[in-house]
Amino acid sequence: MFNRTPIAPLEYTRKLWMRSWVGLTMLFLYAPLIVLMVFSFNDSKRNVVWKGFTLKYYEKALNNDSLVEALVNSLTIAALATIVSLVIGALAAVALWRFRFPFKGLVEGTMSLPIIVPEICLGVAFLIFFAKVDWPTDLPWPLNLSAITIAHITFCFPFVAMVVRARLASFNKEEEEAAKDLGATEWQAFRDVLLPHIRPALVAGALLAFTLSLDDFVITFFTSGPDTITFPVKVYSMVRFSVTPEVNAASTILILLTVILTFIALKLQGVKGIAETH
Amino acid sequence: MSGALQDWKSQKKPFAAVVTAPVFWLALFFVAPMAIVWLYSFGQNAGPADIEISGTLDNYKRATEWLYVSIFLKSFAVAALTTLLCLIIGFPVAMAITFAAPKWRPWLLLGIMLPFWTNLLIRTYALMALMGSNGYMNKGLGGLWEGASWLRTLVGMQPLEAWTPVQLLYNNFAVVLGLVYVHLPFMVLPLYSALDRLDKSLIEASLDLGAGHFKTFMQIVVPLAAPGIVAGVMITLIPALGAYLTPDLMGGTDSQMIANVIERQFKRANDWPFGAALSFLLIYAMFILIAFQSMRANKVKEA
Repeated sequence: MFNRTPIAPLEYTRKLWMRSWVGLTMLFLYAPLIVLMVFSFNDSKRNVVWKGFTLKYYEKALNNDSLVEALVNSLTIAALATIVSLVIGALAAVALWRFRFPFKGLVEGTMSLPIIVPEICLGVAFLIFFAKVDWPTDLPWPLNLSAITIAHITFCFPFVAMVVRARLASFNKEEEEAAKDLGATEWQAFRDVLLPHIRPALVAGALLAFTLSLDDFVITFFTSGPDTITFPVKVYSMVRFSVTPEVNAASTILILLTVILTFIALKLQGVKGIAETH
Repeated sequence: MSGALQDWKSQKKPFAAVVTAPVFWLALFFVAPMAIVWLYSFGQNAGPADIEISGTLDNYKRATEWLYVSIFLKSFAVAALTTLLCLIIGFPVAMAITFAAPKWRPWLLLGIMLPFWTNLLIRTYALMALMGSNGYMNKGLGGLWEGASWLRTLVGMQPLEAWTPVQLLYNNFAVVLGLVYVHLPFMVLPLYSALDRLDKSLIEASLDLGAGHFKTFMQIVVPLAAPGIVAGVMITLIPALGAYLTPDLMGGTDSQMIANVIERQFKRANDWPFGAALSFLLIYAMFILIAFQSMRANKVKEA
Protein backbone atom coordinates (compact mmCIF):
# COMPACT_ATOMS: atom_id res chain seq x y z
CA MET A 1 0.00 0.00 0.00
CA PHE A 2 2.78 2.43 0.78
CA ASN A 3 5.26 1.52 -1.95
CA ARG A 4 7.10 4.51 -3.33
CA THR A 5 6.82 4.01 -7.07
CA PRO A 6 5.46 7.19 -8.63
CA ILE A 7 1.72 7.29 -9.16
CA ALA A 8 0.88 6.44 -12.77
CA PRO A 9 -1.71 8.64 -14.49
CA LEU A 10 -4.46 6.06 -14.31
CA GLU A 11 -3.83 5.00 -10.75
CA TYR A 12 -6.60 7.24 -9.53
CA THR A 13 -7.08 5.01 -6.53
CA ARG A 14 -3.67 5.93 -5.22
CA LYS A 15 -4.38 9.63 -5.19
CA LEU A 16 -5.03 11.04 -1.77
CA TRP A 17 -8.25 12.90 -2.58
CA MET A 18 -9.69 9.83 -4.22
CA ARG A 19 -8.79 7.67 -1.23
CA SER A 20 -10.31 10.15 1.17
CA TRP A 21 -13.45 10.32 -0.97
CA VAL A 22 -13.88 6.54 -0.93
CA GLY A 23 -13.02 6.42 2.76
CA LEU A 24 -15.58 9.08 3.63
CA THR A 25 -18.25 7.37 1.54
CA MET A 26 -17.61 4.08 3.29
CA LEU A 27 -17.71 5.91 6.62
CA PHE A 28 -21.07 7.39 5.61
CA LEU A 29 -22.39 3.96 4.63
CA TYR A 30 -21.07 2.00 7.58
CA ALA A 31 -20.82 4.38 10.55
CA PRO A 32 -24.57 4.29 11.34
CA LEU A 33 -24.64 0.49 11.17
CA ILE A 34 -21.52 0.05 13.27
CA VAL A 35 -22.69 2.53 15.91
CA LEU A 36 -26.02 0.70 16.04
CA MET A 37 -24.31 -2.66 16.48
CA VAL A 38 -21.85 -1.42 19.11
CA PHE A 39 -24.53 0.30 21.16
CA SER A 40 -26.72 -2.78 21.17
CA PHE A 41 -24.24 -3.99 23.82
CA ASN A 42 -24.42 -0.74 25.78
CA ASP A 43 -25.71 -0.90 29.33
CA SER A 44 -27.74 2.27 29.09
CA LYS A 45 -31.24 3.22 28.04
CA ARG A 46 -30.04 6.39 26.38
CA ASN A 47 -28.00 5.46 23.39
CA VAL A 48 -25.18 7.97 23.44
CA VAL A 49 -22.90 7.34 26.36
CA TRP A 50 -21.07 4.06 26.74
CA LYS A 51 -21.92 2.65 30.17
CA GLY A 52 -20.42 -0.81 29.90
CA PHE A 53 -20.95 -4.09 28.12
CA THR A 54 -24.19 -5.99 28.50
CA LEU A 55 -26.15 -8.67 26.73
CA LYS A 56 -29.39 -7.84 28.50
CA TYR A 57 -31.02 -6.26 25.46
CA TYR A 58 -30.40 -9.43 23.50
CA GLU A 59 -32.00 -11.35 26.30
CA LYS A 60 -34.93 -8.93 26.24
CA ALA A 61 -35.24 -9.11 22.48
CA LEU A 62 -35.17 -12.89 22.48
CA ASN A 63 -37.73 -13.01 25.29
CA ASN A 64 -39.99 -10.59 23.46
CA ASP A 65 -42.42 -13.13 22.04
CA SER A 66 -43.95 -10.87 19.44
CA LEU A 67 -40.51 -9.87 18.14
CA VAL A 68 -39.36 -13.49 17.87
CA GLU A 69 -42.65 -14.44 16.25
CA ALA A 70 -42.19 -11.63 13.73
CA LEU A 71 -38.68 -12.84 12.94
CA VAL A 72 -39.88 -16.43 12.49
CA ASN A 73 -42.69 -15.18 10.24
CA SER A 74 -40.25 -13.19 8.14
CA LEU A 75 -37.89 -16.12 7.70
CA THR A 76 -40.75 -18.48 6.86
CA ILE A 77 -42.17 -16.09 4.27
CA ALA A 78 -38.73 -15.51 2.78
CA ALA A 79 -38.06 -19.25 2.51
CA LEU A 80 -41.43 -20.03 0.91
CA ALA A 81 -41.27 -17.03 -1.42
CA THR A 82 -37.74 -18.00 -2.47
CA ILE A 83 -38.71 -21.56 -3.39
CA VAL A 84 -41.76 -20.58 -5.43
CA SER A 85 -40.01 -17.59 -7.06
CA LEU A 86 -37.13 -19.82 -8.05
CA VAL A 87 -39.42 -22.29 -9.82
CA ILE A 88 -41.63 -19.71 -11.53
CA GLY A 89 -38.73 -17.41 -12.36
CA ALA A 90 -36.65 -20.21 -13.90
CA LEU A 91 -39.63 -21.46 -15.93
CA ALA A 92 -40.34 -17.96 -17.19
CA ALA A 93 -36.70 -17.47 -18.16
CA VAL A 94 -36.62 -20.77 -20.08
CA ALA A 95 -39.93 -20.00 -21.82
CA LEU A 96 -38.77 -16.57 -23.01
CA TRP A 97 -35.32 -17.80 -23.97
CA ARG A 98 -36.41 -20.85 -25.89
CA PHE A 99 -39.74 -20.23 -27.59
CA ARG A 100 -41.31 -17.91 -30.08
CA PHE A 101 -45.00 -17.48 -29.24
CA PRO A 102 -47.84 -15.02 -29.75
CA PHE A 103 -47.95 -12.04 -27.33
CA LYS A 104 -44.39 -12.76 -26.24
CA GLY A 105 -43.57 -9.05 -26.03
CA LEU A 106 -46.62 -8.49 -23.86
CA VAL A 107 -45.69 -11.29 -21.47
CA GLU A 108 -42.11 -10.05 -21.29
CA GLY A 109 -43.19 -6.46 -20.67
CA THR A 110 -45.74 -7.40 -18.04
CA MET A 111 -43.17 -9.50 -16.24
CA SER A 112 -40.80 -6.56 -15.88
CA LEU A 113 -43.56 -4.37 -14.43
CA PRO A 114 -43.43 -5.68 -10.83
CA ILE A 115 -39.80 -4.49 -10.81
CA ILE A 116 -40.70 -1.00 -12.04
CA VAL A 117 -44.04 -0.29 -10.38
CA PRO A 118 -43.42 1.59 -7.12
CA GLU A 119 -43.68 -0.55 -4.00
CA ILE A 120 -46.44 1.62 -2.60
CA CYS A 121 -48.65 0.99 -5.66
CA LEU A 122 -48.04 -2.74 -5.50
CA GLY A 123 -48.83 -2.73 -1.78
CA VAL A 124 -52.06 -0.87 -2.35
CA ALA A 125 -53.00 -3.25 -5.17
CA PHE A 126 -52.58 -6.27 -2.90
CA LEU A 127 -54.51 -4.58 -0.11
CA ILE A 128 -57.47 -4.02 -2.44
CA PHE A 129 -57.13 -7.40 -4.13
CA PHE A 130 -57.11 -9.48 -0.94
CA ALA A 131 -59.99 -7.41 0.47
CA LYS A 132 -61.97 -7.83 -2.74
CA VAL A 133 -61.55 -11.61 -3.01
CA ASP A 134 -62.17 -12.01 0.74
CA TRP A 135 -58.92 -13.82 1.30
CA PRO A 136 -59.32 -15.77 4.58
CA THR A 137 -57.32 -14.18 7.39
CA ASP A 138 -58.00 -16.57 10.26
CA LEU A 139 -56.11 -19.59 8.98
CA PRO A 140 -53.67 -21.44 11.24
CA TRP A 141 -49.95 -20.71 10.97
CA PRO A 142 -48.26 -20.84 8.44
CA LEU A 143 -51.25 -20.61 6.10
CA ASN A 144 -52.13 -17.18 7.49
CA LEU A 145 -48.92 -15.93 5.90
CA SER A 146 -50.16 -16.91 2.44
CA ALA A 147 -51.28 -13.42 1.40
CA ILE A 148 -47.91 -11.87 2.25
CA THR A 149 -46.06 -14.78 0.63
CA ILE A 150 -48.06 -14.40 -2.58
CA ALA A 151 -47.29 -10.68 -2.68
CA HIS A 152 -43.60 -11.38 -2.15
CA ILE A 153 -43.46 -14.01 -4.88
CA THR A 154 -44.96 -11.52 -7.32
CA PHE A 155 -42.14 -9.02 -6.90
CA CYS A 156 -39.35 -11.61 -6.41
CA PHE A 157 -39.80 -13.97 -9.33
CA PRO A 158 -39.16 -11.39 -12.11
CA PHE A 159 -35.74 -10.78 -10.53
CA VAL A 160 -35.01 -14.51 -10.55
CA ALA A 161 -36.13 -14.69 -14.19
CA MET A 162 -33.82 -11.81 -15.07
CA VAL A 163 -30.78 -13.44 -13.45
CA VAL A 164 -31.50 -16.89 -14.96
CA ARG A 165 -32.11 -15.46 -18.42
CA ALA A 166 -28.77 -13.66 -18.36
CA ARG A 167 -27.11 -16.98 -17.60
CA LEU A 168 -29.06 -18.83 -20.29
CA ALA A 169 -27.64 -16.48 -22.92
CA SER A 170 -24.31 -18.25 -22.54
CA PHE A 171 -25.79 -21.74 -22.97
CA ASN A 172 -24.77 -23.64 -26.06
CA LYS A 173 -27.94 -25.18 -27.46
CA GLU A 174 -25.89 -27.79 -29.31
CA GLU A 175 -25.20 -29.46 -25.97
CA GLU A 176 -28.89 -30.01 -25.47
CA GLU A 177 -29.34 -31.24 -29.03
CA ALA A 178 -26.44 -33.63 -28.58
CA ALA A 179 -28.07 -35.04 -25.45
CA LYS A 180 -31.31 -35.57 -27.33
CA ASP A 181 -29.51 -37.15 -30.28
CA LEU A 182 -27.97 -39.56 -27.82
CA GLY A 183 -31.42 -40.58 -26.64
CA ALA A 184 -32.23 -38.25 -23.77
CA THR A 185 -35.86 -37.29 -23.36
CA GLU A 186 -36.93 -33.66 -23.16
CA TRP A 187 -37.05 -33.90 -19.36
CA GLN A 188 -33.68 -35.66 -19.08
CA ALA A 189 -32.03 -33.08 -21.30
CA PHE A 190 -33.50 -30.33 -19.13
CA ARG A 191 -32.44 -31.95 -15.87
CA ASP A 192 -28.97 -33.15 -16.84
CA VAL A 193 -27.79 -30.52 -19.28
CA LEU A 194 -29.67 -27.25 -18.88
CA LEU A 195 -30.17 -27.30 -15.13
CA PRO A 196 -26.47 -27.76 -14.25
CA HIS A 197 -25.65 -24.87 -16.55
CA ILE A 198 -28.03 -22.44 -14.86
CA ARG A 199 -27.23 -23.59 -11.31
CA PRO A 200 -25.05 -20.53 -10.43
CA ALA A 201 -27.88 -18.25 -11.59
CA LEU A 202 -30.33 -20.21 -9.47
CA VAL A 203 -28.13 -19.74 -6.40
CA ALA A 204 -27.78 -16.03 -7.11
CA GLY A 205 -31.50 -15.71 -7.81
CA ALA A 206 -32.40 -17.52 -4.61
CA LEU A 207 -30.21 -15.23 -2.53
CA LEU A 208 -31.66 -12.19 -4.26
CA ALA A 209 -35.24 -13.37 -3.70
CA PHE A 210 -34.55 -14.24 -0.06
CA THR A 211 -33.02 -10.82 0.66
CA LEU A 212 -35.75 -8.95 -1.21
CA SER A 213 -38.43 -10.79 0.72
CA LEU A 214 -36.72 -10.35 4.08
CA ASP A 215 -36.14 -6.68 3.33
CA ASP A 216 -39.62 -5.74 2.22
CA PHE A 217 -41.54 -3.38 4.41
CA VAL A 218 -43.95 -1.37 2.28
CA ILE A 219 -45.79 -4.18 0.49
CA THR A 220 -45.96 -6.28 3.67
CA PHE A 221 -47.26 -3.27 5.59
CA PHE A 222 -50.35 -3.30 3.38
CA THR A 223 -50.91 -7.07 3.33
CA SER A 224 -50.17 -7.99 6.94
CA GLY A 225 -52.89 -8.32 9.55
CA PRO A 226 -52.67 -8.12 13.33
CA ASP A 227 -51.60 -11.78 13.57
CA THR A 228 -49.19 -11.74 10.68
CA ILE A 229 -46.54 -9.23 11.69
CA THR A 230 -43.19 -9.57 9.95
CA PHE A 231 -39.88 -8.41 11.34
CA PRO A 232 -39.66 -5.12 9.39
CA VAL A 233 -43.27 -4.27 10.27
CA LYS A 234 -42.57 -4.99 13.94
CA VAL A 235 -39.40 -2.92 13.96
CA TYR A 236 -41.31 -0.12 12.22
CA SER A 237 -43.91 0.03 14.95
CA MET A 238 -41.21 -0.12 17.62
CA VAL A 239 -39.26 2.71 15.97
CA ARG A 240 -42.45 4.69 15.45
CA PHE A 241 -43.68 4.55 19.00
CA SER A 242 -40.68 4.12 21.23
CA VAL A 243 -37.04 3.56 20.42
CA THR A 244 -35.69 0.90 22.71
CA PRO A 245 -32.26 -0.73 22.77
CA GLU A 246 -34.07 -3.99 22.02
CA VAL A 247 -34.49 -2.76 18.45
CA ASN A 248 -30.71 -2.32 18.26
CA ALA A 249 -30.20 -5.88 19.45
CA ALA A 250 -32.77 -7.34 17.05
CA SER A 251 -31.35 -5.28 14.18
CA THR A 252 -27.84 -6.48 14.95
CA ILE A 253 -29.06 -10.07 14.72
CA LEU A 254 -30.57 -9.37 11.30
CA ILE A 255 -27.48 -7.52 10.06
CA LEU A 256 -25.32 -10.47 11.11
CA LEU A 257 -27.72 -12.78 9.29
CA THR A 258 -27.27 -10.69 6.13
CA VAL A 259 -23.50 -10.76 6.49
CA ILE A 260 -23.54 -14.54 6.96
CA LEU A 261 -25.76 -14.99 3.90
CA THR A 262 -23.43 -12.76 1.88
CA PHE A 263 -20.44 -14.81 2.91
CA ILE A 264 -22.19 -18.06 2.02
CA ALA A 265 -22.85 -16.53 -1.38
CA LEU A 266 -19.18 -15.58 -1.59
CA LYS A 267 -18.09 -19.11 -0.79
CA LEU A 268 -20.41 -20.46 -3.45
CA GLN A 269 -19.75 -17.95 -6.16
CA GLY A 270 -16.63 -15.95 -5.40
CA VAL A 271 -16.63 -12.18 -4.99
CA LYS A 272 -16.59 -11.66 -8.74
CA GLY A 273 -19.59 -13.86 -9.36
CA ILE A 274 -21.62 -11.92 -6.82
CA ALA A 275 -20.55 -8.63 -8.32
CA GLU A 276 -21.69 -9.76 -11.74
CA THR A 277 -25.19 -10.72 -10.67
CA HIS A 278 -25.95 -7.12 -9.74
CA MET B 1 -24.84 -19.27 -29.52
CA SER B 2 -26.59 -21.57 -31.88
CA GLY B 3 -30.12 -22.39 -32.78
CA ALA B 4 -32.87 -19.86 -33.32
CA LEU B 5 -35.96 -19.62 -31.16
CA GLN B 6 -38.29 -22.58 -31.44
CA ASP B 7 -41.83 -22.05 -32.52
CA TRP B 8 -44.18 -22.98 -29.70
CA LYS B 9 -46.37 -25.06 -32.02
CA SER B 10 -43.58 -27.49 -32.78
CA GLN B 11 -43.18 -28.31 -29.07
CA LYS B 12 -46.52 -27.79 -27.47
CA LYS B 13 -45.98 -29.93 -24.37
CA PRO B 14 -42.62 -28.53 -23.22
CA PHE B 15 -43.90 -25.06 -24.04
CA ALA B 16 -47.01 -25.51 -21.93
CA ALA B 17 -44.88 -26.96 -19.12
CA VAL B 18 -42.71 -23.86 -18.85
CA VAL B 19 -45.12 -21.08 -19.73
CA THR B 20 -48.24 -21.95 -17.74
CA ALA B 21 -47.10 -21.23 -14.20
CA PRO B 22 -45.47 -17.81 -14.81
CA VAL B 23 -48.30 -16.51 -17.00
CA PHE B 24 -50.95 -17.80 -14.59
CA TRP B 25 -49.19 -16.17 -11.65
CA LEU B 26 -48.74 -12.85 -13.43
CA ALA B 27 -52.35 -12.75 -14.56
CA LEU B 28 -53.86 -13.69 -11.22
CA PHE B 29 -51.55 -11.98 -8.76
CA PHE B 30 -50.28 -8.99 -10.67
CA VAL B 31 -52.51 -7.99 -13.57
CA ALA B 32 -55.76 -8.65 -11.68
CA PRO B 33 -54.81 -6.60 -8.58
CA MET B 34 -53.52 -3.73 -10.72
CA ALA B 35 -56.67 -3.84 -12.85
CA ILE B 36 -58.83 -3.57 -9.74
CA VAL B 37 -56.86 -0.53 -8.56
CA TRP B 38 -57.29 1.00 -12.01
CA LEU B 39 -61.05 0.42 -11.92
CA TYR B 40 -61.29 1.80 -8.37
CA SER B 41 -59.65 4.99 -9.53
CA PHE B 42 -62.85 5.66 -11.51
CA GLY B 43 -65.07 4.90 -8.53
CA GLN B 44 -66.51 6.64 -5.52
CA ASN B 45 -67.29 5.74 -1.94
CA ALA B 46 -70.87 4.46 -1.81
CA GLY B 47 -70.85 3.34 1.80
CA PRO B 48 -68.43 2.74 4.67
CA ALA B 49 -67.02 -0.39 3.05
CA ASP B 50 -68.56 -0.18 -0.37
CA ILE B 51 -67.07 1.31 -3.51
CA GLU B 52 -69.12 1.93 -6.58
CA ILE B 53 -67.23 2.02 -9.86
CA SER B 54 -69.21 4.72 -11.60
CA GLY B 55 -66.72 5.82 -14.25
CA THR B 56 -66.34 9.20 -12.61
CA LEU B 57 -63.24 11.29 -13.24
CA ASP B 58 -63.64 13.17 -9.95
CA ASN B 59 -60.65 11.45 -8.36
CA TYR B 60 -58.35 12.59 -11.14
CA LYS B 61 -59.89 16.06 -11.04
CA ARG B 62 -59.18 16.22 -7.33
CA ALA B 63 -55.58 15.16 -7.97
CA THR B 64 -55.07 18.32 -10.04
CA GLU B 65 -55.75 20.49 -6.98
CA TRP B 66 -52.70 22.55 -6.13
CA LEU B 67 -52.17 20.66 -2.85
CA TYR B 68 -51.59 17.38 -4.68
CA VAL B 69 -49.79 18.88 -7.67
CA SER B 70 -47.37 20.58 -5.30
CA ILE B 71 -46.72 17.29 -3.49
CA PHE B 72 -46.02 15.61 -6.82
CA LEU B 73 -43.64 18.40 -7.80
CA LYS B 74 -41.97 18.29 -4.43
CA SER B 75 -41.52 14.51 -4.60
CA PHE B 76 -39.95 14.92 -7.98
CA ALA B 77 -37.63 17.68 -6.75
CA VAL B 78 -36.56 15.60 -3.73
CA ALA B 79 -35.97 12.52 -5.91
CA ALA B 80 -34.00 14.57 -8.46
CA LEU B 81 -31.84 16.18 -5.77
CA THR B 82 -31.22 12.74 -4.22
CA THR B 83 -30.19 11.36 -7.61
CA LEU B 84 -27.87 14.28 -8.29
CA LEU B 85 -26.17 13.91 -4.90
CA CYS B 86 -25.81 10.15 -5.41
CA LEU B 87 -24.22 10.81 -8.80
CA ILE B 88 -21.78 13.37 -7.38
CA ILE B 89 -20.82 11.13 -4.46
CA GLY B 90 -20.94 7.90 -6.42
CA PHE B 91 -18.99 8.76 -9.55
CA PRO B 92 -15.56 9.14 -7.90
CA VAL B 93 -16.27 5.97 -5.89
CA ALA B 94 -17.07 4.05 -9.08
CA MET B 95 -13.92 5.47 -10.68
CA ALA B 96 -11.84 4.44 -7.68
CA ILE B 97 -13.23 0.88 -7.84
CA THR B 98 -12.57 0.67 -11.59
CA PHE B 99 -8.97 1.75 -11.27
CA ALA B 100 -8.21 -0.03 -8.01
CA ALA B 101 -5.67 -2.83 -7.90
CA PRO B 102 -7.32 -6.14 -8.90
CA LYS B 103 -6.71 -7.42 -5.39
CA TRP B 104 -8.77 -4.63 -3.84
CA ARG B 105 -11.55 -4.28 -6.43
CA PRO B 106 -13.85 -7.13 -5.33
CA TRP B 107 -13.63 -6.02 -1.72
CA LEU B 108 -14.49 -2.43 -2.54
CA LEU B 109 -17.45 -3.71 -4.55
CA LEU B 110 -18.52 -5.88 -1.66
CA GLY B 111 -18.20 -2.83 0.58
CA ILE B 112 -20.75 -1.02 -1.58
CA MET B 113 -23.04 -4.05 -1.91
CA LEU B 114 -23.26 -5.14 1.70
CA PRO B 115 -25.36 -2.12 2.77
CA PHE B 116 -27.52 -2.70 -0.31
CA TRP B 117 -28.32 -6.15 1.05
CA THR B 118 -28.95 -4.93 4.58
CA ASN B 119 -32.52 -4.31 5.60
CA LEU B 120 -33.75 -0.89 4.49
CA LEU B 121 -35.65 -0.24 7.69
CA ILE B 122 -32.64 -1.08 9.83
CA ARG B 123 -30.43 1.24 7.79
CA THR B 124 -32.93 4.07 8.10
CA TYR B 125 -33.25 3.45 11.81
CA ALA B 126 -29.45 3.38 12.25
CA LEU B 127 -29.12 6.70 10.46
CA MET B 128 -31.90 8.19 12.59
CA ALA B 129 -30.14 7.12 15.78
CA LEU B 130 -27.00 8.89 14.59
CA MET B 131 -28.89 12.06 13.68
CA GLY B 132 -30.99 12.32 16.85
CA SER B 133 -30.72 15.43 19.01
CA ASN B 134 -28.14 13.70 21.22
CA GLY B 135 -26.69 11.48 18.51
CA TYR B 136 -23.13 11.52 17.21
CA MET B 137 -23.77 13.85 14.32
CA ASN B 138 -24.91 16.55 16.72
CA LYS B 139 -21.93 15.86 18.93
CA GLY B 140 -19.62 16.20 15.93
CA LEU B 141 -21.19 19.52 14.99
CA GLY B 142 -20.91 20.62 18.61
CA GLY B 143 -17.21 19.79 18.55
CA LEU B 144 -16.72 21.86 15.39
CA TRP B 145 -18.65 24.73 16.97
CA GLU B 146 -16.45 24.69 20.06
CA GLY B 147 -13.36 24.54 17.85
CA ALA B 148 -14.56 27.60 15.97
CA SER B 149 -15.30 29.35 19.24
CA TRP B 150 -11.79 28.59 20.48
CA LEU B 151 -10.28 29.92 17.24
CA ARG B 152 -12.21 33.14 17.71
CA THR B 153 -10.73 33.63 21.17
CA LEU B 154 -7.27 33.08 19.65
CA VAL B 155 -7.69 36.04 17.33
CA GLY B 156 -9.12 38.09 20.13
CA MET B 157 -12.82 37.90 19.30
CA GLN B 158 -15.68 37.05 21.61
CA PRO B 159 -16.22 33.28 21.94
CA LEU B 160 -19.44 31.95 20.40
CA GLU B 161 -22.42 31.11 22.54
CA ALA B 162 -22.56 27.61 23.98
CA TRP B 163 -23.59 24.89 21.48
CA THR B 164 -27.23 23.92 21.49
CA PRO B 165 -28.11 20.69 19.68
CA VAL B 166 -29.82 21.35 16.36
CA GLN B 167 -32.80 19.44 15.09
CA LEU B 168 -31.33 17.36 12.27
CA LEU B 169 -34.22 14.96 11.97
CA TYR B 170 -37.82 15.53 10.88
CA ASN B 171 -37.20 18.00 8.09
CA ASN B 172 -36.54 18.00 4.35
CA PHE B 173 -32.78 17.89 4.87
CA ALA B 174 -33.14 14.61 6.78
CA VAL B 175 -35.31 13.13 4.02
CA VAL B 176 -32.76 13.93 1.31
CA LEU B 177 -29.87 12.67 3.43
CA GLY B 178 -31.79 9.48 4.24
CA LEU B 179 -32.65 8.88 0.59
CA VAL B 180 -29.04 9.44 -0.47
CA TYR B 181 -27.89 7.04 2.23
CA VAL B 182 -30.30 4.35 1.09
CA HIS B 183 -29.88 4.76 -2.67
CA LEU B 184 -26.13 5.35 -3.02
CA PRO B 185 -25.32 1.68 -3.81
CA PHE B 186 -27.99 1.69 -6.56
CA MET B 187 -26.03 4.46 -8.29
CA VAL B 188 -22.49 3.14 -7.79
CA LEU B 189 -23.06 -0.37 -9.18
CA PRO B 190 -24.28 0.58 -12.71
CA LEU B 191 -21.67 3.35 -12.90
CA TYR B 192 -18.99 0.83 -12.06
CA SER B 193 -20.15 -1.68 -14.65
CA ALA B 194 -20.12 1.03 -17.35
CA LEU B 195 -16.69 2.34 -16.34
CA ASP B 196 -15.30 -1.16 -16.16
CA ARG B 197 -16.13 -1.73 -19.83
CA LEU B 198 -14.50 1.50 -20.86
CA ASP B 199 -11.34 1.21 -22.94
CA LYS B 200 -8.68 2.61 -20.65
CA SER B 201 -6.24 3.33 -23.46
CA LEU B 202 -8.57 6.14 -24.59
CA ILE B 203 -7.98 7.90 -21.29
CA GLU B 204 -4.26 7.33 -21.59
CA ALA B 205 -4.30 8.69 -25.14
CA SER B 206 -6.15 11.79 -24.02
CA LEU B 207 -3.69 12.39 -21.20
CA ASP B 208 -0.69 11.75 -23.50
CA LEU B 209 -2.03 14.25 -26.02
CA GLY B 210 -1.97 16.92 -23.38
CA ALA B 211 -5.48 17.11 -22.02
CA GLY B 212 -5.65 17.59 -18.27
CA HIS B 213 -7.39 15.17 -15.95
CA PHE B 214 -10.49 17.34 -15.74
CA LYS B 215 -10.77 17.80 -19.51
CA THR B 216 -10.21 14.07 -20.06
CA PHE B 217 -12.87 13.31 -17.51
CA MET B 218 -15.45 15.64 -19.06
CA GLN B 219 -14.72 14.82 -22.71
CA ILE B 220 -13.73 11.16 -22.62
CA VAL B 221 -14.91 9.44 -19.45
CA VAL B 222 -18.34 11.03 -19.05
CA PRO B 223 -19.52 10.57 -22.68
CA LEU B 224 -18.30 6.97 -22.76
CA ALA B 225 -19.89 6.17 -19.40
CA ALA B 226 -23.17 7.82 -20.44
CA PRO B 227 -25.19 4.56 -20.61
CA GLY B 228 -24.09 3.73 -17.07
CA ILE B 229 -24.93 7.25 -15.89
CA VAL B 230 -28.42 7.01 -17.42
CA ALA B 231 -28.95 3.55 -15.90
CA GLY B 232 -27.76 4.76 -12.51
CA VAL B 233 -29.98 7.85 -12.67
CA MET B 234 -33.06 5.80 -13.55
CA ILE B 235 -32.36 3.12 -10.98
CA THR B 236 -32.03 5.81 -8.28
CA LEU B 237 -34.72 8.24 -9.43
CA ILE B 238 -37.55 5.71 -9.77
CA PRO B 239 -37.45 4.21 -6.26
CA ALA B 240 -36.65 7.63 -4.76
CA LEU B 241 -39.77 9.11 -6.38
CA GLY B 242 -41.92 6.39 -4.82
CA ALA B 243 -40.14 6.40 -1.46
CA TYR B 244 -42.40 5.86 1.49
CA LEU B 245 -40.34 4.82 4.49
CA THR B 246 -37.69 7.58 4.55
CA PRO B 247 -40.07 10.57 4.38
CA ASP B 248 -42.40 8.81 6.81
CA LEU B 249 -39.77 8.18 9.48
CA MET B 250 -37.28 10.99 8.91
CA GLY B 251 -39.45 13.76 7.50
CA GLY B 252 -41.44 16.44 9.24
CA THR B 253 -45.02 17.49 8.64
CA ASP B 254 -44.01 19.39 5.51
CA SER B 255 -41.84 16.70 3.95
CA GLN B 256 -44.46 14.25 2.83
CA MET B 257 -43.91 12.67 -0.53
CA ILE B 258 -46.50 11.24 -2.85
CA ALA B 259 -46.24 7.71 -1.41
CA ASN B 260 -47.16 9.02 2.05
CA VAL B 261 -50.25 10.74 0.64
CA ILE B 262 -51.27 7.50 -1.08
CA GLU B 263 -50.78 5.52 2.12
CA ARG B 264 -52.98 7.97 4.03
CA GLN B 265 -55.86 7.48 1.58
CA PHE B 266 -55.81 3.76 2.33
CA LYS B 267 -55.36 3.93 6.08
CA ARG B 268 -56.46 7.07 7.93
CA ALA B 269 -58.37 9.02 5.28
CA ASN B 270 -60.03 5.85 3.99
CA ASP B 271 -60.63 7.18 0.49
CA TRP B 272 -59.63 4.21 -1.62
CA PRO B 273 -60.78 5.53 -5.02
CA PHE B 274 -58.73 8.72 -4.61
CA GLY B 275 -55.72 6.70 -3.41
CA ALA B 276 -56.11 4.42 -6.43
CA ALA B 277 -56.11 7.44 -8.77
CA LEU B 278 -52.96 8.84 -7.12
CA SER B 279 -51.27 5.41 -7.40
CA PHE B 280 -51.94 5.28 -11.10
CA LEU B 281 -50.74 8.85 -11.59
CA LEU B 282 -47.47 7.81 -9.93
CA ILE B 283 -47.24 4.75 -12.20
CA TYR B 284 -47.87 6.94 -15.27
CA ALA B 285 -45.08 9.26 -14.11
CA MET B 286 -42.72 6.25 -13.99
CA PHE B 287 -43.77 5.22 -17.48
CA ILE B 288 -43.04 8.70 -18.81
CA LEU B 289 -39.56 8.59 -17.25
CA ILE B 290 -38.87 5.18 -18.75
CA ALA B 291 -40.19 6.25 -22.15
CA PHE B 292 -37.79 9.23 -22.13
CA GLN B 293 -34.93 6.93 -21.32
CA SER B 294 -35.70 4.42 -24.06
CA MET B 295 -36.21 7.24 -26.58
CA ARG B 296 -32.76 8.51 -25.67
CA ALA B 297 -31.30 5.00 -25.91
CA ASN B 298 -32.77 4.56 -29.40
CA LYS B 299 -31.30 7.87 -30.54
CA VAL B 300 -27.88 6.78 -29.33
CA LYS B 301 -28.24 3.49 -31.21
CA GLU B 302 -29.18 5.27 -34.44
CA ALA B 303 -26.32 7.75 -34.20
